[in-house]
Amino acid sequence: MSTSHVPISSPTVPTRRRLLRWRAIGRILEGDKRPIFGAAILAAFVLLAVCAPLLTPYSPSQTSFVPLSAPSARHWLGTTASGQDIMAQFLYGGRVSLGVGFAAGFIATLLAVVLGMFPAYLGGRTDTFMATFTNIMLVIPGLPLLIVITAYVHQTGPLVIALVIGLTGWAWGARILRSQTLTLSQRDFVIAARLAGENRWRILVAEILPNMLSLVVANLVFATIGAILAEASLEFLGLGNPDIVTWGTMLYWADAGEALLNGAWWWIVPPGLAIALVGLSLALINFGIDQLSNPRLRVNPSHRKTRNQKGAKL
Amino acid sequence: MQFVRQRLAFLLVSLWAAATINFILPRLMPGNPAVLMIGRFKGQLNARALKALELQFGVTHKPLWDQYLIYLNNLIHGQLGLSLTYYPVPVSQIIAESLPWTLGLVGVATLMSVCIGLMAGIYIAWHRGGKWDGILSTMATFTAALPYFWLGLLMLFLFGYLWHWFPLAHAYSTSLTPAFTWPFIRNMLYHALLPAVTIVISSMGGWLLGMRNNMIQTLGEDYVLFGRARGLSQSRLMIHYAARNAILPSMTGFAMAIGFVVGGALLTEVVFSYPGLGYQLLAAVQNEDYPLMQGLFLIIAFSVLITNFIVEMLYGRLDPRTRGGVSK
Repeated sequence: MSTSHVPISSPTVPTRRRLLRWRAIGRILEGDKRPIFGAAILAAFVLLAVCAPLLTPYSPSQTSFVPLSAPSARHWLGTTASGQDIMAQFLYGGRVSLGVGFAAGFIATLLAVVLGMFPAYLGGRTDTFMATFTNIMLVIPGLPLLIVITAYVHQTGPLVIALVIGLTGWAWGARILRSQTLTLSQRDFVIAARLAGENRWRILVAEILPNMLSLVVANLVFATIGAILAEASLEFLGLGNPDIVTWGTMLYWADAGEALLNGAWWWIVPPGLAIALVGLSLALINFGIDQLSNPRLRVNPSHRKTRNQKGAKL
Repeated sequence: MQFVRQRLAFLLVSLWAAATINFILPRLMPGNPAVLMIGRFKGQLNARALKALELQFGVTHKPLWDQYLIYLNNLIHGQLGLSLTYYPVPVSQIIAESLPWTLGLVGVATLMSVCIGLMAGIYIAWHRGGKWDGILSTMATFTAALPYFWLGLLMLFLFGYLWHWFPLAHAYSTSLTPAFTWPFIRNMLYHALLPAVTIVISSMGGWLLGMRNNMIQTLGEDYVLFGRARGLSQSRLMIHYAARNAILPSMTGFAMAIGFVVGGALLTEVVFSYPGLGYQLLAAVQNEDYPLMQGLFLIIAFSVLITNFIVEMLYGRLDPRTRGGVSK
């Protein structure tokens, strides 16, 4: 009896919900093209990194070319002081830089969800302790901490860097997700679910979490920007493994190889610009996500008109 | 009063946490890295200094708890050990020499970037959807994503190497001796300008965007609408009604922002060979001068925590809402 009932009613609810969400996304993108633009830039960089072997005949570590030659038809982005092709380094380096950035962003977000939501939902001492701990982690400056940790670890490869950045970068997200969990657990639908006798963890995962998905995604984007910047900073300081080609170690070698003194702008501009553009693309995507979670930020052309009319009337 | 006590307690707890992290880290690492460092310096140090080092980094058979208490006791008395690179200069002396440069550079640059960022944010939120809103918020998004050190490198390349407008390194010309005279101050400002502009450009975007969003939030409030209905002037509405209320929530992000700016400023110092804490920190890391590195980390963390406390006190005075609950 119930078997005929369930399949009909339960799929319709999520589909409608999902439809509404898609419609909201569509409407935001109609008024604001920035997220699309951001996604396109990001996709381009990912594609360049993935297709590196197809786009360059050289290996990033090959040192057989004329050192410090300016961009030319043979070497689109010139060569380094030790005669490596910068285009090849740029393409292959993107793989590690993006990989580490996204991995660290993911670890940080996962920790933010776990450490932000669970204690808040449990409440009591656990929550007080975790909230204080989060606030402390938030105010201790991140980069100096990363520098000290990597200095002790010695010869840190990309994996260790991703791990260290992820493990230290969760506090901001945890704080936001905590306060959202506290708000949501007072809402009617959560109270109703609790009164209906639903399992506590099911409420947390199935009722609360889906309602802050946009915050989680925003945090992922935000944490990834921070991770890519932090990774590049550490590697620029020579605290990563300088033998692994990434955008950060490219800048380390450019600085160590007196690229500025030799006027080798082609050595410095590409890796830094790539980091900045990836950061920009993620931030542009975040504009869209922000509008999803905070409708007041939506760019709505009609709103401006009414405000001006109001102003004129008064 | 309760607010002050609460924030003071948090300050003390976070200072303690930073000190404890500093203590635990070298002991937490697989194969205590300090053993190697001490081995390297064995011939050059006297027995007492060696013993102090072993205690400082846990290369000793004393119980961990005793080591911790000795560490805290030394810290309270301002004893951070001796630098190994500049042996036997105390770490505290090197910190005292480099701290003013960082405080001056980061302090002035941050103040400027906060002021410019907030004012621009107020303006573009008021003219939301207008031409400047589009241009400035896109530009701010881009500059916020710029790596500080890369921007510094570009500035150095263009204005230093290529056009010779500004000096390439250091806080003042080596031919001058520091003095409180006009030529020296002018020389100092001349050296500080490029690093300061780097910090301002990279950090301004965050303030601008944060302020814009808060301001838009506030402009939707009923009291702004009511003010409009009463026929208040545009500037009064913009500054006294909306902006004043929007600034406060954007200051709650200050804690993280200041840590971020300080991190970036340290990198900027490295690029411009500016003799502040960041420059020394990198040198300490490269020379495996762990006592100096620990001391610098502590002083950087402490400065950020105390700045944060001061700012919280200030906006606690300005905004009664924050005095209630901080965790909300």
